Amino acid sequence: MDFEAAPGEVHALLGENGAGKTTLSNILTGLYRPDEGTIVLFGESVEFNSPRDALDAGIAMVHQHFRLVSPFTVAENVVLGDHRDIGRTFLLRTREIERRVEDLSQRYGLAVDPRARIWQLSLGEQQRVEILKALYQDARILILDEPTAVLTPQEANALFETIRAMAEDGRTVIFISHKLHEVKAVADRVTVLRRGRSIATVPASEATPRSLAALMVGREIELGRQNGGRAIGAVCVELAGVWAQGDRGVPAVKDVSLAVGGGEIVAVAGVAGNGQRELAETIAGMRAPIEGRITVAGRNLKGGDPREAIGAGVAYVPEDRLGTGVAPGLSVASNVVLKSYRKPPVSRGPLLLLRKIREVATSLMERYDVRASGPDVPAWQLSGGNLQKLVLAREFSGEPVVLVAASPTRGLDVAGIETVHTYLRSAAERGVGVLLISEDLDEILALADRIVVMYEGAVVGERDATSATVEELGLLMAGGEESV
Amino acid sequence: MRVERRLEQPRWLSLAVPLVSIVVAFVFATIVLVATHHPPLHTFRRLFDAAFLSNGALSETVVAATPLAFTGLAAAAAFRMRLFNIGGEGQLYAGAITGATVALLLAGAPSPIVIGAMVIAGAAGGAVLAAIPGILRAFFSTNEIITSLMLNYVVALIIDYLIFDSHSYLRDTKGFQASVFPQGKILPNEASWSSWTIHGLALPLGALLAVLLAVALWGLYAGTRFGFEVKVIGDSARAGRYAGMRTRRKILAVMCLSGAIAGIGGASQDGDFRHQLDPRGLTQANYGYTGIVVAALARYNPFAVVLVAFLLGGLQNAGFTLQGADFPNGLVGVLQGLILFCALGGELFVRYRVRFDRRRTPAPEPVS
Repeated sequence: MDFEAAPGEVHALLGENGAGKTTLSNILTGLYRPDEGTIVLFGESVEFNSPRDALDAGIAMVHQHFRLVSPFTVAENVVLGDHRDIGRTFLLRTREIERRVEDLSQRYGLAVDPRARIWQLSLGEQQRVEILKALYQDARILILDEPTAVLTPQEANALFETIRAMAEDGRTVIFISHKLHEVKAVADRVTVLRRGRSIATVPASEATPRSLAALMVGREIELGRQNGGRAIGAVCVELAGVWAQGDRGVPAVKDVSLAVGGGEIVAVAGVAGNGQRELAETIAGMRAPIEGRITVAGRNLKGGDPREAIGAGVAYVPEDRLGTGVAPGLSVASNVVLKSYRKPPVSRGPLLLLRKIREVATSLMERYDVRASGPDVPAWQLSGGNLQKLVLAREFSGEPVVLVAASPTRGLDVAGIETVHTYLRSAAERGVGVLLISEDLDEILALADRIVVMYEGAVVGERDATSATVEELGLLMAGGEESV
Repeated sequence: MRVERRLEQPRWLSLAVPLVSIVVAFVFATIVLVATHHPPLHTFRRLFDAAFLSNGALSETVVAATPLAFTGLAAAAAFRMRLFNIGGEGQLYAGAITGATVALLLAGAPSPIVIGAMVIAGAAGGAVLAAIPGILRAFFSTNEIITSLMLNYVVALIIDYLIFDSHSYLRDTKGFQASVFPQGKILPNEASWSSWTIHGLALPLGALLAVLLAVALWGLYAGTRFGFEVKVIGDSARAGRYAGMRTRRKILAVMCLSGAIAGIGGASQDGDFRHQLDPRGLTQANYGYTGIVVAALARYNPFAVVLVAFLLGGLQNAGFTLQGADFPNGLVGVLQGLILFCALGGELFVRYRVRFDRRRTPAPEPVS
């Protein structure tokens, strides 16, 4: 793979999952060593033996999952791992560090209080801390791994401005993404990766989302919405004034009422951490509501009991696929019958019919195109896309009344996203009510019939998908006033 | 040279690795023997004779192996759900106490009834004791390693109290021996567990029960809904809950099952071998702790537990028979430690493989 970037440039790396974006950035940051080839930095051939070498050479990375110590303050996190002057003294010179952090944050428009503790910050603010950390270490090259995944459109725009400011300072920003319009919005040049090779490098101004997508996947794909046109049946799930507690013991879902009709796709939009996950868990019985009523197909659920929810016909695709959606150490076949093992045909009385389980698994894997070397391989070996297909296959095979899908395409590549979308649409066509929870507005606009926006645990707005705009939804997601 | 995680674990490895590990352990033991001026081959030969070949050795080995099989199965049963029941020791004592009590209470009843009641009482004793860490773990997320371990000391004190520090129902206060040294009442004849002799090899009922339990345990985990739930919850408790399994009840059930197996081992001590509640003998034998070693060496496979218990039983029996001036004192302990060390080290090769970098040395296919 060949790849180059110039100082002062914003260079986007675009590619599906598994295309090699992360591996490339791990090589650049010294986590992996290249088997062959050289890295030339400002005209000098370098060899990194550890991440420390890369940092010293001026390469810093902002990971998708933040590397922050949550009980520490912003300033402490920024100085963490710094081994020059004031970072190296025995005593922490807190004032001095805070002053420097403040300077930096003003210069680049990264508003964050250096004395705040990480756990008090929103994800957007935490990301700013990560960027500050890189700037503090005088990084000349910054690698941002899918930085907008956790941001509202407004926050993303602010981030783009920061990125531009850093580039104007002569820094190089490598921006990893698989969102086409973002790449177009912020990058100077785009390098498209596919299966570990760099396919093409094009100036962003000449690229269109369609041409980039085609480069990425290697064929033409369909973008855009295909919603509507389905007959919407009777209400299949209804929530009335539901409250539920979050993991920290404060209400995470506040007085939510909503209804999904059969064959309807209702999307719950919102920035991560605004109660959507808890809402999904409450419907699926993983979390007990403290107040309110959940009715599935006319049946009142007492709540907090996954088995009851499954029995009522709630299928649930959890956000955490590996660990909740499947048992990672168990075989694919076992995971296929994870919910149906109690009933015939795969069990008789207390006994499991092992041969039958394999049969069921094999046929389901075929029908839903789950690619694995066999039904006996452990689930953790599957790729993200295949894992999600496995979960969807199992959930659909239970003949659900309603399907709750929490971030079903997160971390999937374009082809995987396409498949999941097809499955969700076909579920709706068969009359299943789909409640889609997603942070990706493109996805929501492409799939949903109706959009509900959640902010701080409450529903703050509802829009018809055909007339909603990204700006309007973004404003609602950020807690802006409802403008009618 | 690089160490990588294996994507697949070939079947033959799970057999080859333990065997090679044992060979390596003996190589290390040879070094130890040579260093201490003992003839290694001769010593191993004596060890082997005393464990398996000489007159009556095999029967003695079975006697030593039986309790290890029970406690090994108990640890393996819990570990299938990634529960670490370190309390096999105490659960075995508990089973011995309840087993002996029932035997004394039922004196005079037909032997099969007494024996059956002892098995049930032993299982119940172990299960009730194991339920304490089980409940704490299931409902209060307490670490079962610590709670089950602590209970071992509690029960060890209780069993001492029953015989040494009180005039309990289980203590013998009449006989001549009892006036010299406190001891448990001798159990009635009906409470002696039957044994069968085949070609001079004495097979006690307890040993057969352990084998039966191993088969049952294997069937339970391989082919039932209960076993499936245990595996899922052991792998990921959240996935279990997501699938509608009653995770708390299952944790409790598995702890009780584990405790019951160890408890039957206690009852077998009463009925098969000791014929009285014998605090000194039980607390000095460390059956429970050795059982954890057995389960680890057997990689928690019930059949392998029986096999490993037999081998370690042989080793212990040989060490016991041979102890004397001319036999290296502590060799058995050293060997046991080396086997465990090598077996756990060998685990690395089951999960990972070593690859040699081709750039520097055009190495042949590595033997992994």
